[in-house]
Amino acid sequence: MFDLTGKNALVTGASGGIGEAIARSLHAQGATVTLSGTRAEKLEALQADLGERAHYATCNLSDAESVEGLPKAATDLMGSVDILVNNAGITRDQLFMRMSDEDWASVIDVNLTASMRLCRGVMRGMMKARWGRIINITSIVGATGNPGQVNYAASKAGMIGMTKSLAQEVATRGITANCVAPGFIATAMTDKLNDDQKAQLLTGIPAGRMGTPEEIAAATLYLASAEAGYVTGQTLHVNGGMAMF
Amino acid sequence: MSDIADRVKKIVVEHLSVDEAKVTENASFIDDLGADSLDTVELVMAFEEEFGIEIPDDAAETIQSFGDAVKFISENS
Repeated sequence: MFDLTGKNALVTGASGGIGEAIARSLHAQGATVTLSGTRAEKLEALQADLGERAHYATCNLSDAESVEGLPKAATDLMGSVDILVNNAGITRDQLFMRMSDEDWASVIDVNLTASMRLCRGVMRGMMKARWGRIINITSIVGATGNPGQVNYAASKAGMIGMTKSLAQEVATRGITANCVAPGFIATAMTDKLNDDQKAQLLTGIPAGRMGTPEEIAAATLYLASAEAGYVTGQTLHVNGGMAMF
Repeated sequence: MSDIADRVKKIVVEHLSVDEAKVTENASFIDDLGADSLDTVELVMAFEEEFGIEIPDDAAETIQSFGDAVKFISENS
């Protein structure tokens, strides 16, 4: 099950906790991976750790030219991009009343526009191959909203709408497009919360704990697999029951 | 028939899995040859590769039939 031998995957945000877990799980199932991110040392270390079938390509997702070049760089490294995981994302949290145009635009640019550009960049190859997997990592807040995150929530909701539309356009070509929507996941970001904050948070999660990056990776792996070929346009929520749809 | 027409016909026959005899001058990709809108995009992509040309979006929209394709490519390659 879920064998990815011979498949080539591009993972953005691979220097972060969830991106690294996704890259590791795809790689463990036999895929060749290109790790993308902004921090070259981290990517290089992960590449070295994975060993064979691993490459990296730095990319600044707020720079259109850099984004346009990434699918080509990944194709040069691997021969094709069969699986694209748009995992990279940023936050610029601020109350709506204080939200600047810049905070809004930077989050939309990186989270939504760069994802669109990367989908577009890999689509020609996937259409020709009659096989492709797009997995966009969105967020629970794209479905529920969250105070202080109008920009982030809008970018993640935008991703869901984009994914559904794209899924309908390319379904006949053997290409699926889906989202994975993490809830609260234990990463460097959530490590900063104090015990009171964590306890408060956990009261809203039926599972009574935060999720792990590996649990997001497992959902992503499923959607990347041949076995998930009839699943498209969906958002798979991985949140311990925090919100149910 | 010209070399360009032969090469265009080959692409159309292969991509749309249609009988060569059906690919006539006025054969519309969508109405006569069973293409959907995504097929027409893919055909244009295939023409671009085969002939090493760039077909801009506004020109691509005018390429609706086998004859349109041959005419555009003949004039632009």
